[in-house]
Amino acid sequence: MREFAASVVKEFLHIFRDRRTILIAMVMPVVQIILFGFAVSTEVNDVRVVFCGDMSDPAVRNAVDRIDNNRYLRITGRIDSPAGIEDVFRKNMADAAVLFGRDFGSGLVQPGHSQVRIVGDGSDPNTAQMITSYIKGVLQAEQTDFSISFTGEKKTLMTPVVQLMYNPAMKSSYNFVPGVMGLILMLICSMMTAVSIVREKETGTLELLLVSPVRPLWIIVSKMIPYLVLSAVNFISILLLSHYVMEVPVNGSILLLSVAALVFVVTSLALGLLISVISPNQRTALLICGMGLTMPTMIFSGIIFPCESMPEILQWFSDIIPAKWFIIIVKKVMIQGSGLASAAKEMLILTGMAAVLLAVSIKSFRTRLQ
Amino acid sequence: MVPDAVEIRNLTKRFGDFTAVDNISFNVRRGEIFGFLGANGAGKTTAMRILCGLSRPTSGEGTVAGYDINTQQEKIKRRIGYMSQKFSLYPDLTVRENIRLFGGIYGLRDREIKEKTDMLLSMLDMRQERDKFAGSLPLGWKQKLAFSIAMIHDPEIIFLDEPTGGVDPETRRRFWEMIYDVSEKGTTVFVTTHYMDEAEYCDRVSVMVDGRIAALDSPERLKEMYRAENMDEVFRTIVGRSGKEDSR
Amino acid sequence: MNNTIDIEGISKSYGDVHALKGISLHVGAGEIFGLIGPDGAGKTTLFRIMTTLMLPDTGTGKVCGLDIVKDCSRLRRIIGYMPGKFSLYQDLTVKENLDYFATLFGTTVRDNYENIKEIYSQIEPFADRRAGKLSGGMKQKLALCCALVHRPSVLFLDEPTTGVDAVSRKDFWTMLSRIRSSGVTVFVSTPYMDEAARCDRLALIREGSVIGMGSPEEITAGFPFRLLAVKGSRMYPVLKILRGMEGVISCFSFGDSHHLTYDPEVTGRERILETLSDAGFDDCTAMEISPGVEDCFMWLSHN
Repeated sequence: MREFAASVVKEFLHIFRDRRTILIAMVMPVVQIILFGFAVSTEVNDVRVVFCGDMSDPAVRNAVDRIDNNRYLRITGRIDSPAGIEDVFRKNMADAAVLFGRDFGSGLVQPGHSQVRIVGDGSDPNTAQMITSYIKGVLQAEQTDFSISFTGEKKTLMTPVVQLMYNPAMKSSYNFVPGVMGLILMLICSMMTAVSIVREKETGTLELLLVSPVRPLWIIVSKMIPYLVLSAVNFISILLLSHYVMEVPVNGSILLLSVAALVFVVTSLALGLLISVISPNQRTALLICGMGLTMPTMIFSGIIFPCESMPEILQWFSDIIPAKWFIIIVKKVMIQGSGLASAAKEMLILTGMAAVLLAVSIKSFRTRLQ
Repeated sequence: MVPDAVEIRNLTKRFGDFTAVDNISFNVRRGEIFGFLGANGAGKTTAMRILCGLSRPTSGEGTVAGYDINTQQEKIKRRIGYMSQKFSLYPDLTVRENIRLFGGIYGLRDREIKEKTDMLLSMLDMRQERDKFAGSLPLGWKQKLAFSIAMIHDPEIIFLDEPTGGVDPETRRRFWEMIYDVSEKGTTVFVTTHYMDEAEYCDRVSVMVDGRIAALDSPERLKEMYRAENMDEVFRTIVGRSGKEDSR
Repeated sequence: MNNTIDIEGISKSYGDVHALKGISLHVGAGEIFGLIGPDGAGKTTLFRIMTTLMLPDTGTGKVCGLDIVKDCSRLRRIIGYMPGKFSLYQDLTVKENLDYFATLFGTTVRDNYENIKEIYSQIEPFADRRAGKLSGGMKQKLALCCALVHRPSVLFLDEPTTGVDAVSRKDFWTMLSRIRSSGVTVFVSTPYMDEAARCDRLALIREGSVIGMGSPEEITAGFPFRLLAVKGSRMYPVLKILRGMEGVISCFSFGDSHHLTYDPEVTGRERILETLSDAGFDDCTAMEISPGVEDCFMWLSHN
């Protein structure tokens, strides 16, 4: 046991004595959260909207007012016909146009009859999609209010379909916080574990460890423990940051969230160990982590693109990325506030992955040189 | 009068408060085989890097192949050859590709490269191996090839950094015979080694201790001076006398 | 059966490269045994097999009576190993390194202080310095301390003196002699033939095969030729002429002289000097000498 404790202490010394490691382990998560939260924001903000419609229709006036009073949207003008949109977009005078149908107002009282078109500037497709969805949301709200005042009950009558349930402002942090959490835990655990083992391979100290009477399993575990601790620290700091700085609510059980994180961390540690087995040097380990883990995690875990909009083959591929499942769990538990029951499938998949990877990686860790 | 191949005056190199090379001066004559010895950490590598135009001195002046070490480093690099045991060939290129590459680096024309390739391959008796990867050759062959490639642009001076480390006894001697051959043709040879018998093969030998040149003369004179049987004793006397191991 | 190391017919291949071709070795207790050969001869592979880091393809081996494959965990407690390149934690201090390795072997530095005192006292003033900031010689002393801290019965040193200057090399061998006198068997490899004389017994290894084994005296006694050391003022031209002479079997430079073997029925010392003199090299001398290990290695390489 003393050997084991000494190895853990030694591993912590390596981390604390290398400024780069500390930087990656402690500063990067904070920077990433803040970067994704603020700078790389795809939020709808100060959107210029032009509209086309009959201002004598009170429903149109209300809708336009509502858009203009929204803190993220601003009406910048009225165009006479839909043909004018192109001109406005070309001159970059608006980001979106709202076209009200002729009988917009009367359509609202009759189900399925109100006509409204939202046109976005597709030259920037991501933003355009965000903006149009957001305007849709605003109009939906308007319509709901209208229905309540008209019939006294909540009814959905207008054509635009509401897509955004838990993030009415399309705040990107709602999407990024789970994503970044997954990314960071993955990076810290797999990349740093892999690099720390491969470094010992490179410097030859692994030979000395293997020649010593210490059991190889203990060497592995002693290498994993510090990164487990680091991940815990990061997990907590990301939660705090996102709650107090990004104002992302933590609706569900923190305990459940922590258990999910632990399972995910074990998966990542096992992946790191596997990578260290196949990498002859630190550079290769970093490359494999970057190309093989970070990039697919970024792309397939839904941080940037929603998985649902990918071709089917890629969707299957995304299923084998552990981060995807973890991120889904985080979204469900943290933002939607769901309990274990609704995330059970994802939990099960993630746990299965952890078990398989851990078994494979420990088995493939060579206690001898080739 | 033709200048010496290397002329160094009051050369100093500091890294922070550590003086790696401490005010050294020496000349290397044209066509000479100059042995550059010293204990580990005595400053040999630093001094050699300056002479090769890879690093600038903190102070001091000098010329290598007639060019100023402070201002004409690029010209120096064109007129010298360099070979070390650690890096010399690209193991994942074939013998021919390596020759081509270095010929190209030194600005040889295609026709010259072709001629050189033919000449080197037949001189080294490596025609059969021309399409083998350099990394798969036996160590001794690699070294001969690396040496020939370092000479591909007919440099005035060739710098050899521990060229024979770990090589078997016969190959080591064959390698020195190659050094003699180029020296006879007028190339100046500047060589470091840990084998003290190889120090005997040099025309003159310098011994660096703690950044300074503690002795510089022909092996015969040094042996007389230190009343030693061989260069091994000379070296041990000079380096051992300078005191115990410091704490760098 | 008092041998500390017994190795029979060890072979090892990497792909189609035969690193070791049936190596057999026997090392007595308390010897300094040298494994001498150039890079690529298979020295490191043999070390890794003997220190249980690698499995041989064929062959068996015992160290201190323990099988290198079956008893590997017990064996690991009683051997000390110092790999070729400096293999300690550069970012840990001298003391931290030593403490860590002591703990790995289930002991403490204090318990074994006597064992390493002599070497450790030289680096103790720098106990709080990071190992990466030590000079080459001191790193080596630290590595040796770490390999000795658990009182091993056998010490394996893979090329401890490669790239080390002549003075530090001599110091190192002096340390090895002291370690041996404390009862530890030392198995050491080197590419430097001049270090052979410091071993009790040695094996010459080349391209994965042992080409000669015994005490330095036994090895040199097996040299079948008479050897002449020829000196002159212009050594390289002399070498070329000597090589071309009738009856000369081989001729190579050895420091300040050429070592020459010849067929006594065809030529002799007088004859050789005469020929040199005729060619204009009249200041040459030739002396009958006894061969060194390096002469033997070169001769054995040709067989």
